[in-house]
Amino acid sequence: MSEAPNSSENSSKHFDELYDEIDHWEVNTGEETIHAKRMPGRFRNLKWLAASVWLVFFIGPYFRWEGRQAITFDIMGRQFHIFDITILPQDVWMLSLILLFFAILLAAVTSIAGRVYCGYFCFQTVWTDLFTWIEEKLEGKPAARRRAEKLPLSQQRLPRKILKHIIWIMIGAFTGISFTLWFGDAFEMWKAYFNNDVTMWAWGSVIVFTSFTYLFAGFMREQVCLWLCPYARIQGVMVDVDSIMPTYDFHRGEPRGRLKKGKHDADKGDCIECNQCYAVCPTGVDIRNGQQEGCITCGLCIDACDSVMDKINKPRGLVKYMSLDELNGKEQPPIYKRPRPLIYMSIMTLAAIGILYGLTHLGALELSVLHERSPLFVLQSDGSIQNKYELKILNKTHKDMKIGVRAEGHQSLTLVGADREIIAQPADTASFTVFVRIPKKELAGERESLSFKIYNLEDDKISAEYKSMFFGPRIR
Amino acid sequence: MSENNPFPNENNSGHVWDDNLRELLNDPPTWWRIGFHASWILVIVYTILYPSWPMLTTHYKGVMGWTAMGEYKEDLQSIEMVRAKYEEQLPNKSAAAIMADDDLSNYVVKSAKVLFGDNCGACHGTGGAGNPGYPVLADDDWLYGGTVNEIITSITNGRKGVMTAHGKSLSTEEIDELANAVMSGNPASSPLYMSKACFACHGPDGKGMAALGSANLTDGIYRFDEADQLASIKYTIKHGVNDASDPMTRNAEMPIFGGTKLTETDIKKLAIYVHKLGGGQ
Ligand code: SF4
Ligand code: SF4
Repeated sequence: MSEAPNSSENSSKHFDELYDEIDHWEVNTGEETIHAKRMPGRFRNLKWLAASVWLVFFIGPYFRWEGRQAITFDIMGRQFHIFDITILPQDVWMLSLILLFFAILLAAVTSIAGRVYCGYFCFQTVWTDLFTWIEEKLEGKPAARRRAEKLPLSQQRLPRKILKHIIWIMIGAFTGISFTLWFGDAFEMWKAYFNNDVTMWAWGSVIVFTSFTYLFAGFMREQVCLWLCPYARIQGVMVDVDSIMPTYDFHRGEPRGRLKKGKHDADKGDCIECNQCYAVCPTGVDIRNGQQEGCITCGLCIDACDSVMDKINKPRGLVKYMSLDELNGKEQPPIYKRPRPLIYMSIMTLAAIGILYGLTHLGALELSVLHERSPLFVLQSDGSIQNKYELKILNKTHKDMKIGVRAEGHQSLTLVGADREIIAQPADTASFTVFVRIPKKELAGERESLSFKIYNLEDDKISAEYKSMFFGPRIR
Repeated sequence: MSENNPFPNENNSGHVWDDNLRELLNDPPTWWRIGFHASWILVIVYTILYPSWPMLTTHYKGVMGWTAMGEYKEDLQSIEMVRAKYEEQLPNKSAAAIMADDDLSNYVVKSAKVLFGDNCGACHGTGGAGNPGYPVLADDDWLYGGTVNEIITSITNGRKGVMTAHGKSLSTEEIDELANAVMSGNPASSPLYMSKACFACHGPDGKGMAALGSANLTDGIYRFDEADQLASIKYTIKHGVNDASDPMTRNAEMPIFGGTKLTETDIKKLAIYVHKLGGGQ
């Protein structure tokens, strides 16, 4: 041993104690697998219900509409079908509004009720829930699983373990395949998968989805929420003292203490230190330490504690959904008096109006007109000034369309080159050149405004308009 | 130092600062080591596959035989493949037949745009807008006719029209009178138009003759378009066009593009392009 001076030994001891405290993490950093206990209850049921929304993801591609897949993201054809509506890249501004809407919805929900999305809807939570459910069915309750974990592999129940992994991988693959079905015809694609006749992209997506589902839901689980998920990282700025989240009522619960001989000590709080709330937590959080980043607000600890309270004949709600204000006995302002949700909701309303406007004004025809710049205008031998225009016609329907063209804006203009047959092919932009002539002496100025109208020759309710300019020489 | 290590059996390096700050000999994290080894393995594999190490006079070529030039040529080839579908049809089709085919004429217009820029734009301006001294191609006034075949002839053989300088045969007053008649749009309104035989080239009604390349004098479009149009007309009458006997004569020559300069197909493309600029007949 060294003969270090006494003072140094003391101070280093002091610091080592400080360091020791760091060992006391309230969040599991992945060194141990969390085996959460499963308990029935209100929030457990709600969780299954919310998770079932994901069935749409699996069933969705099989819906038919007018002889084709109801919802398709046709990447190659650069169009998106949702029932009767076809959305082309031109309409993509709506997508940004949709994204805005959901981003703000997430923020609004978070400010009102915390990470509702995490606890009930998030694919990470839902798939992990499913995976651990399978694990429990095959490998037993948490205690049994923990015991087995410590045994060498040879003494574990290997067939069941292998079966578990096979089922996990199959769920992953099914997830991946279902994802790709949204981008093509579901039935055709299933056939193609069995004949190994799909694109590299499809196989690639399936492989990526399978491996990430297997890895994230099977192994990383709550670690994804703790260290990978960006939403979890910013939730701190999205909640405030009025956001309701699963909270342990420490006023009522403390000082906690164990039941002695089934009796409750009179000067102790209501928490009997049964640790059920901790045992059921899928992220390994002890809610009694207060609101913390590991909590995905799934409410399972509420179910757990409520069942305990029922058993010891105390009122439910030692752990319950409440805000910090409520916990501290302050009054909880109603939602319409809190600026945060109000601002979020007004943004959402604006975005929703935009989306609605977009969807109702999609139109079947679209026109844009390029005015030739070089030369801007040309003098013709009959004394008229000629301008050249390129009409870009987009047909958003599924059928060929015969197009008629009109130009308006000057009483003596002549439209040249529009009398031939103009056919716009579906979901494609066609360009046609036309000329407009106006007698030079009838031009009032260097420029006149002009508008082009195109319409379906068979049904002139389908039309589009574009405002352009007519240029002439300087009037001397 | 290690003999008075205050933290023995701790796997530290024996360096202690400020009583208790010491360096541990832990391994770097696994993910870091995986990343580290993956990167150098990638470098080795990459430099085996691709051109890399410099040598004295050359460089190591890589086992894949990849070169930037090769990739460029492949790209070029794939473009040619797309074009071939159209290009193959062009030599055997007449200009009129090409124009009747929407798909084909669209292709021709797009590909001839570059040809026009390279060969024609310098004089005739982009889009055939014309330049001082060089005719506008986007209008419907043609010296030698505006059908696509006539345009092909003009490009292939070039054009060099001649107008005699009348400075010696006409008095200044006569030139003034004729110039004013031309400006008015009705040259035949002056008796001089007939008596001085202008009609012989420009036609009895002054509308010009495509066979000779004589200008249409009635449509207000001038071959020599200048700010002071009257003075310009007088100058043309006085000194003529391409008249070797007058040193001040106007030069107006369309060079020959046939033969070695452009292929027949290129000329066909250009003629269609010009025809579609706005004035083709
Ligand atoms: S602390 Fe409760 S609400 Fe939060 S994640 Fe754990 S069980 Fe769910
Ligand atoms: S479940 Fe309820 S009683 Fe049990 S430890 Fe948690 S808070 Fe206390």
